[in-house]
Amino acid sequence: MLTYVLKRVLSTVPVMAIVAVLVFMLLRLAPGDPAAVIAGDYATAEDVERIRTQLGLNDPIPVQLWHWLMQLASGDLGTAIFSKKSVVELIGQRIEPTLLLSLCTIVFAVAVAVPLGTIAAWKSGSIVDRVVMLFSVGGFSVPVFVLAYCLIYVLAMWLKILPVQGYKSPFDHGLLTFLRHMVLPVMALSVIFIALIARMTRASVMEVLEEDYVRTARAKGQSEWKILIHHALRNAAVPIVTVIGVGIALLIGGVVVTESVFNIPGLGRLVLDAVLARDYPVIQGLILFFSFIYILINLLIDLSYTLFDPRIRY
Amino acid sequence: MTGSTPVLEIRNLSVALPKGADRPFAVEDISFTVGAKEIVCVVGESGSGKSVTAFTTMGLNPKEVKAVKGEIILQGEDLLKKSVAEMRRLRGEKMAMIFQEPMTALNPVIKVGEQIREMLEIHTELSPAEQKARVLEVMEDVSLPDHVKMYDSYPHQLSGGQRQRIMIAMALALEPGLLIADEPTTALDVTTQAQILELIKDIQQRHGTGVLFITHDFGVVAEIADRIVVMQKGKVVEQGTRDEILLRPQHPYTKMLIASVPSMEPSHRAEIDKTAPALIAQKVNKTYGGVGLFRKSREVHANKDVNLVVHRRETLGVVGESGSGKSTLARCIVRLQDPTSGHIEVEGADIATISESAMRPHRRDIQIVFQDPYRSLNPRRTVGQSIVEGPMNFGVSAAEAEARAKELMEIVGLSAEALDRFPHQFSGGQRQRICIARALAMQPKVLIADEAVSALDVSVQAQVLDLLDDVRERYDLAMLFITHDLRVAAQICDRIMVMQNGVVVEEGETAKVYANPQHEYTRTLLAAAPGRDVAFAK
Amino acid sequence: MAAAETPELSAEADLSEKTQPSTLRLVLRNKAVFWGGLLLLAMVAIAIIGPFFTVAPTEQNVMSRLKAPSSAFWFGTDFLGRDVFSRVVHGGRISLVVGISVALIATAIGMVTGMIAGYIRWLDAPVMRVMDGLMAIPAILLAIAMIAISGATLTTVIVAITIPEVPRVVRLVRSVVLTVREEPYVEAAIAAGTRLPFILIRHILPNTIAPMIVQATYICGAAMLTESILGFLGAGIPPEIPSWGNIMSEGRTYFQLTPWIIFYPGVALALTVLAVNIVGDGLRDTLDPRIARKMRA
Repeated sequence: MLTYVLKRVLSTVPVMAIVAVLVFMLLRLAPGDPAAVIAGDYATAEDVERIRTQLGLNDPIPVQLWHWLMQLASGDLGTAIFSKKSVVELIGQRIEPTLLLSLCTIVFAVAVAVPLGTIAAWKSGSIVDRVVMLFSVGGFSVPVFVLAYCLIYVLAMWLKILPVQGYKSPFDHGLLTFLRHMVLPVMALSVIFIALIARMTRASVMEVLEEDYVRTARAKGQSEWKILIHHALRNAAVPIVTVIGVGIALLIGGVVVTESVFNIPGLGRLVLDAVLARDYPVIQGLILFFSFIYILINLLIDLSYTLFDPRIRY
Repeated sequence: MTGSTPVLEIRNLSVALPKGADRPFAVEDISFTVGAKEIVCVVGESGSGKSVTAFTTMGLNPKEVKAVKGEIILQGEDLLKKSVAEMRRLRGEKMAMIFQEPMTALNPVIKVGEQIREMLEIHTELSPAEQKARVLEVMEDVSLPDHVKMYDSYPHQLSGGQRQRIMIAMALALEPGLLIADEPTTALDVTTQAQILELIKDIQQRHGTGVLFITHDFGVVAEIADRIVVMQKGKVVEQGTRDEILLRPQHPYTKMLIASVPSMEPSHRAEIDKTAPALIAQKVNKTYGGVGLFRKSREVHANKDVNLVVHRRETLGVVGESGSGKSTLARCIVRLQDPTSGHIEVEGADIATISESAMRPHRRDIQIVFQDPYRSLNPRRTVGQSIVEGPMNFGVSAAEAEARAKELMEIVGLSAEALDRFPHQFSGGQRQRICIARALAMQPKVLIADEAVSALDVSVQAQVLDLLDDVRERYDLAMLFITHDLRVAAQICDRIMVMQNGVVVEEGETAKVYANPQHEYTRTLLAAAPGRDVAFAK
Repeated sequence: MAAAETPELSAEADLSEKTQPSTLRLVLRNKAVFWGGLLLLAMVAIAIIGPFFTVAPTEQNVMSRLKAPSSAFWFGTDFLGRDVFSRVVHGGRISLVVGISVALIATAIGMVTGMIAGYIRWLDAPVMRVMDGLMAIPAILLAIAMIAISGATLTTVIVAITIPEVPRVVRLVRSVVLTVREEPYVEAAIAAGTRLPFILIRHILPNTIAPMIVQATYICGAAMLTESILGFLGAGIPPEIPSWGNIMSEGRTYFQLTPWIIFYPGVALALTVLAVNIVGDGLRDTLDPRIARKMRA
């Protein structure tokens, strides 16, 4: 068991290396000169040349890649061009709001989506099922910022029961204030997540309900409700948990937009600010940071399978 | 029939099928009874409605399949008049069911002991400790070894036979009056099947349970039935005691079915010219696993030093249970898998370990017919396209290939117009004929039939067997016939090879092996063949 | 059960869905496809024909800035006095071009890569590891970064949105190939000496078409959403082009004053994507009930 966990943890290293190479290649091979972009429209040729040297862009591509990988291996994601702060330090300053927003969203989304999907599967074809499915198709169709503005319009501007935007840390302002400011962003951000998880829950529960062992449970005289909880949901758990992991990618994209709309000073804003300032190392470092988070979460999810299914043994 | 009132009485039952099905009723106006301490076998081919009858009794049919007429009386109560909740109470308490696939019928993520205990949890007021004690009692009753430890096992940790024993223990936990068994041994190996049939008989006698036993296999019927109900297309065509039906059938359909059951007595075969070997295999090995990334994983020997010779016009049968390596051997010989080592000689060329491109010219010499007729033909291509594909790969002109395809269709008993149709327009047996035509179109020297008749109904099976034997003779084919079914092997094989765990344990002329098996395992296999002592009416 | 007992019946019902003649009629009989398709057709028609009947989307009118919707300006005007209705109608073209291009390019690349990974064993592991890596990179961030470096043009936006969509297609195609290659009819074709390219084209490729069409619709919807998000964040198509994302991005500043500038393009976008997704769901249910359901995520 322990050797397996170790093996799996180690196996993420090559994936991370591949991601690092990919990020490097995609950004470096994209047409356009980062140095010129950073220097801006009014820069002189010397300015651009200075930045090129500073970023090491004059080295051959393989050398640059090697430096980049070595730098990463020592835990350094890069240094911001303008503030001269390390990317790791910047992340440390901005991570709290993003982390709390994401956690609240995941918890809320799972709590809503799993029961919704399960009921839809159980009553498949009924009105309830159709409403859930319509909601989930809708959830995939509305961009998160449109949703956010609709929520702001109704709940904050019209009914005036929630603040329009902003972030209040629970450590400085108390839990209640924090939550009041969290409601709208979490609602906006979780819709697509709910849609995704509810769909997968419905599909996998429906599939399990077709299984022979569910028929066996019926043949025992078990009630439908217990069959759903006892037999169906446990067997459907692995695909549901998996989709939560895959959904992290969606969540990260959503966080950037949501933080922008609600003016939350988190990592998403950090990315956008870096893009506006053309702070190349910060962009690259943050993309990599988010990718690593995705890989780590999916590693944890992989390892959690054994909790749900005894057939998966290490 | 026993004198007392029957446990189950089905009177004039009709079950409607949803619109769009091939017929209005799944079962129509059927009546029969199951007495206490009696095993009633309902036999029929696919589509006969035998399973629908079982599921209607349990109240487990899908909503669209509804009983529209008649009565199902279980110990005096009409099940068709019961509410959903009442049916739920009766299931498990008064009647219980075991299924075909013990692997899928058990929940993979719950311990087997707990799954049996669930039965008691639903229907009794016993305390959890008492429930567990009772579970262990029934587990012992079905002769599960080390039942205390097995209580905490998961289904995937048990063998097929053990899983079916768990299912039986579950069904018997509350001592129901009626046990419904739906093809309970079909998915099991023949030796395991014999043990499970023995167990069902034994339990049924000791507990006085009435058993409704659904099966398609007359061997099993002969082994276990007190009375037999024969169904065809939703109707009961004949019923009577075991001996009446098996030895003196009256209805033409029953007669035909029983006459189609292949006999365990090997048929007489013509002399074979032993100077012309078409296929020679020497020391063929196939191992899986071996080198792992981090540590050496366990090696599995699917085939170990297998030798065989098949002559022209000869059929060599390879028999064995699942996991014996017989299918791997077939696939290695056609090079759908690569043997790890050894020699396979066809037409003088050793094809065992040559590259894929070097193999290509030899492919026309060896053809294969698979088990599943529904997946063996590309659903998107016409029958004709499927048949001409091979010859045209080898440079035969389209016109010539089509002419040959037409000819072959006649030979396999289909019309030439069939070439323009798609596979889904044919029945399983017809599709298997098409597959045979496709193989023959290559003008092979060796034909491999990998369980080629195992998925077919018994009446169709007999016809396809005749066809295979016929084309073997007509085209001087050497045939390698892979099967798990000793009855089928007895009818078509000149010689027979018995495999166990990847090793050939015995080989010889079919009649000799059947009459005088040398190896212990062969003896076990032959002894386990259901209904071996019954001479079915011909 | 009834289904298990009559394999001929069920197998035929199952297969007839896959054979050519009745497919189109079957698809249209699906209510979701019909209504979703109708809505989509309407949106497409507006995008194609509409621009011929509206004022130029760039025409500024300083006299009527930030006007509320009225009979003269159906969707109101923006801060430069441009007609929001005209801009939304023109924006539809951009969205559809992006959505359709991304769907076509991503499926084409993904299909070839997936077939290769699925059939050529030694290439499978390296290709799939790269795809795993690509999936780990957050799509929107990657797109923003690539556009920031390469400069914002329609082409870079399409490329930047396409790249992250490719791995999903590859995974789907590969899984279909892996399943199908085990089918006895493929093995029979191998045994009949059929060469690899023909095995792939005749026997394996047709099985990927249905799930691919379904996947392409989903990608089309997702790409339109991504485009709007990029535009909204100010990292998309050049601001002078009236894409839906750009219109909404410009409307942000005045949201408290003139919410309709975000609302109307938002609704147009949501309706279009909804129509695409509904069609996708309907196609999935009729064309490919098994595989696509698992692969949606």
